[in-house]
Amino acid sequence: MADARLAASRPLSPHLQVFRFILTMAMSIVHRITGGFLYVGTLFVAVWLVAAASGPEWFALVDGVYQSWIGRLILLGLVWSLIHHAIGGVRHFIWDLGYGFDPKTADRLALFNLVAGVVLTGIVAIAALLFA
Amino acid sequence: MVQLTLPKNSKIKAGKVWPKPEGAARVREFRIYRWDPEDGRNPRLDTFFVDVDDCGPMVLDALLWIKNKVDPTLALRRSCREGICGSCAMNIDGMNTLACTKGMEEISGPIKVYPLPHMNVVKDLVPDLTHFYAQHKSIEPWLHTSSPTPETEWLQSHDDRQKLDGLYECILCACCSTSCPSYWWNGDRYLGPAILLQAYRWLIDSRDEATGERLDNLEDPFRLYRCHTIMNCAQTCPKGLNPAKAIAEIKKMMVERQI
Repeated sequence: MADARLAASRPLSPHLQVFRFILTMAMSIVHRITGGFLYVGTLFVAVWLVAAASGPEWFALVDGVYQSWIGRLILLGLVWSLIHHAIGGVRHFIWDLGYGFDPKTADRLALFNLVAGVVLTGIVAIAALLFA
Repeated sequence: MVQLTLPKNSKIKAGKVWPKPEGAARVREFRIYRWDPEDGRNPRLDTFFVDVDDCGPMVLDALLWIKNKVDPTLALRRSCREGICGSCAMNIDGMNTLACTKGMEEISGPIKVYPLPHMNVVKDLVPDLTHFYAQHKSIEPWLHTSSPTPETEWLQSHDDRQKLDGLYECILCACCSTSCPSYWWNGDRYLGPAILLQAYRWLIDSRDEATGERLDNLEDPFRLYRCHTIMNCAQTCPKGLNPAKAIAEIKKMMVERQI
């Protein structure tokens, strides 16, 4: 009995508090967060389409909000989430095939994902500014 | 379940600062997790100063120097002091590793030492590994055969033997499993990287005849599929093994047997 009480009082050793925040771990949580953002992004697109179907006044209103600087900032974030998450998906696909598990390779893949996501988002943003 | 913060009884308080060794020319600062089951208090972080000229080069040498010369109540597991028994696995400088193979010179600044993460603490740096060993037992880590036992050994080709390389070296120190966030949140049901690497070691052994049953046992949303390729296991393994890769190979076997 004494042993059972003692076991119940045992503290849990620290985990997130002490484990080094390494790149591959950070990328794993970012992949999840960007995945979560995509739900929001899909909702934004749906609202935009519903507004377009509801008539010119509704569309002008919603499109106006999206075209405001804060709207554009949010859209830029969603574009980045989509691109980052898509590249992350390819990274997971490579892993699912059994490649890229060497820690150094995994670090390089993570870094590539991070940089390519930002660069491609930049290209989309510039293209949007030039052609929209 | 995901719980990002520590429970109330596990929060770490400031601890004792032990005196510096007298007359020491070169001193290393250590911050070490302490918890005594008998004093009813929360864990604390004690500060020690180690005379590195009076002690071996590894973190384990320093911990034993502290135990011998400063505080004999410091509790830790250790045995072989050469990275083959896996006893002195702990969290050092933010990564899980073996104190006996981690050199003090590899670390800059104060050396922080905690028990393996997200485990019940027995005392100081000693975690309770009961559940970890029970999980190992659950995969039946021995040769399963149905064909008659040969007169001599169970033979294996060189190629088949090579498939065990990178697996048989696992010493079950639990560094990888306790580095894995999936294991932190779902360790009650998820087997974790160490046990899954062991499972794969038997799955691809050419002499084992229970591959199907072994895969059946792993075909479970938690036991195997809580691995999300976070990669902490491969990054932290003190033996340079790759549990993440072994788990991916198991997942591939699961798919392959369905086509």
